[in-house]
Amino acid sequence: MLSALLGRKMGMTQVFGPNGGAIPVTVIEAGPCTVTQVKSTASDGYEAVQLGFGTAKLKNTPRPMLGHLGHTLQATPSQRRRQQLQQQKARQEARKKAAEAAQTTEAATETEADEAETTGASAPKGEPRIKSAAAKRRAGSGQALGPFAVLREVGVVGGDYPDVGDVVDAAMFAVGERVDVIGTSKGKGFAGVMKRHGFHGGPRTHGQSDRARAPGSIGPGTTPGRVLKGTRMAGRMGNDRVTIKELEIVQADAERNLIAVKGSIPGPNGGLVMIRKGSQVLAAAARGAERSYRGG
Amino acid sequence: MSVATLVRAVEEAQLREDRPQIDPGDSVRVHLKVVEGTRERIQIFEGLVIRLRGDGLRRAFTVRRIGAHNVGVERSFLLHSPQIDKIEIVRHNVVRRKNLYYMRGLTGKAARLKERRD
Repeated sequence: MLSALLGRKMGMTQVFGPNGGAIPVTVIEAGPCTVTQVKSTASDGYEAVQLGFGTAKLKNTPRPMLGHLGHTLQATPSQRRRQQLQQQKARQEARKKAAEAAQTTEAATETEADEAETTGASAPKGEPRIKSAAAKRRAGSGQALGPFAVLREVGVVGGDYPDVGDVVDAAMFAVGERVDVIGTSKGKGFAGVMKRHGFHGGPRTHGQSDRARAPGSIGPGTTPGRVLKGTRMAGRMGNDRVTIKELEIVQADAERNLIAVKGSIPGPNGGLVMIRKGSQVLAAAARGAERSYRGG
Repeated sequence: MSVATLVRAVEEAQLREDRPQIDPGDSVRVHLKVVEGTRERIQIFEGLVIRLRGDGLRRAFTVRRIGAHNVGVERSFLLHSPQIDKIEIVRHNVVRRKNLYYMRGLTGKAARLKERRD
């Protein structure tokens, strides 16, 4: 079983609960994701599945990524130019040799002319080297996938591996289930201690000036004579990986690839998020696998 | 799919088709479902719509009425709330503002509104 799925935050709204109260929900477009690689302990030292999500333009996708996804790579302009030059050179040499052979008819034998012909024919026929390398890689995976906007690795629990090319979607989540949502929070820039760490700031009245949002003392004096490491100060805030745990799924629609979770999740609308099954679900799946392993 | 379509898809199922179009300045009777123990009864809140905001399932309005001892009472409702049985429009009044907060400062004769004829 896959432990997580990739998605996009679509925005917040509210729905009415069973007793008529409004529940705040975040709508997430969850999947569909394509399995692009299956990692195993034998080949990679750990178990994971790489998922591709979203679409990207072929021309904007790096060639190494296309190779990884099993695409046939066209020669680049510079490679094509080099091939043309090589072919041209080979033709010129062949012609030169043929001319030499024709001039010195008495010295030239039939075999020499044959030799010139074969070298002339074999050189331009050479396929671009990169194509053969891609073909070799393709032999392992089978089909060309994507290209995708993002590739991310997710864990697997309890055996049951998917194959490369399999598509996973929101059907893996059910209403009432608990999930963790992982995303990148909105960047706040250089923020002061009140916003960043929730400090209270200084007094605003009684003759104070310039103290309303100041951090106050940052430590003792001569002993230790330095500021302790980890002292909370102003600085860059946000744009961090944030995990919100145990959110309840209020709505799930596999057809539209959407799920709605109760509460807020990190990042802007349209931001990439990972929806991971809740710790209890994962633990249960892991236990199930252990039991079947012991049984078998 | 676009952001708006997906968010709307979540709300769709709960949107109530039977809600009338209400405007600021309307006098309305809101029939509320009130649960008392195991019994459910209907309570009516009648007053003037002084505010209308939000979109889709989040559309909400505020009703102001004058309660006992001339105390103004305001209550906000979600238009599509399942707790509202039905909404009756008593009359449309002529108002020139979207939010009728100025009604809070008016009492008695000054708080009268002209009925809309259209």
